[in-house]
Amino acid sequence: MKLTIQVNEGPYQHQSSDTAYHFARAALEKGHEIFRIFFYHDGVNNGTRLTTPPQDDRNIVTRWSELAQAHNIDMVLCVAAAQRRGLVDEGEAQRNGKDATNIAAGFRISGLGQLIEGGVQSDRLIVFGD
Amino acid sequence: MAMLHLVNKSPYDACSLNTAATIMKKGDQLLLIEDGVYGAIKNGKAAGVLKGLNISVLGPDLAARGISKDKLLDGVSIIDYAGFVDLVEANDNVQSWL
Repeated sequence: MKLTIQVNEGPYQHQSSDTAYHFARAALEKGHEIFRIFFYHDGVNNGTRLTTPPQDDRNIVTRWSELAQAHNIDMVLCVAAAQRRGLVDEGEAQRNGKDATNIAAGFRISGLGQLIEGGVQSDRLIVFGD
Repeated sequence: MAMLHLVNKSPYDACSLNTAATIMKKGDQLLLIEDGVYGAIKNGKAAGVLKGLNISVLGPDLAARGISKDKLLDGVSIIDYAGFVDLVEANDNVQSWL
């Protein structure tokens, strides 16, 4: 089964970012394919490399980056949601005149079309969020 | 077309469980996750509306809230994340009642 996962909630907010991660891992362990993980609304905050959670807590951002790298998963931050919340990659920094970037490894910024394509290309679209 | 309905809010917090239960069709399945697991408590607020439905709850979320199996409605299945994936596969669509 090919899956696209949508995450609408930021890290350390309630529980949805964790649920989405554990679901993704379980799906991969069962041999399913994750076509894309699309981070929308506050979910884009999952993609900042500047977080420093306490050492004895899970690092949600790093966990996503490692999952994407290990399984070659396309992780997309919604561009409009990212602009509102200050999630910046090189392209966005240049386009909007920002002096820094903060996007974490394995994430990219793109449009809502990526979510629609994920839904069309996948067998299931599962939404996690508030 | 069977549908998996995902509810992640407590029935004491939101009306999503009530809405999902009302809209569910025969053959559909309900999975309670996160604070949604409070919906599966015996004699709880949602017990009436859940009667006769096919209900699963995510075990790790039950454990995180200290809810033991004997506190649950009769007939509720406790599943893990692997079981969650299986439910997604077994149904044609997944509806998250956020």
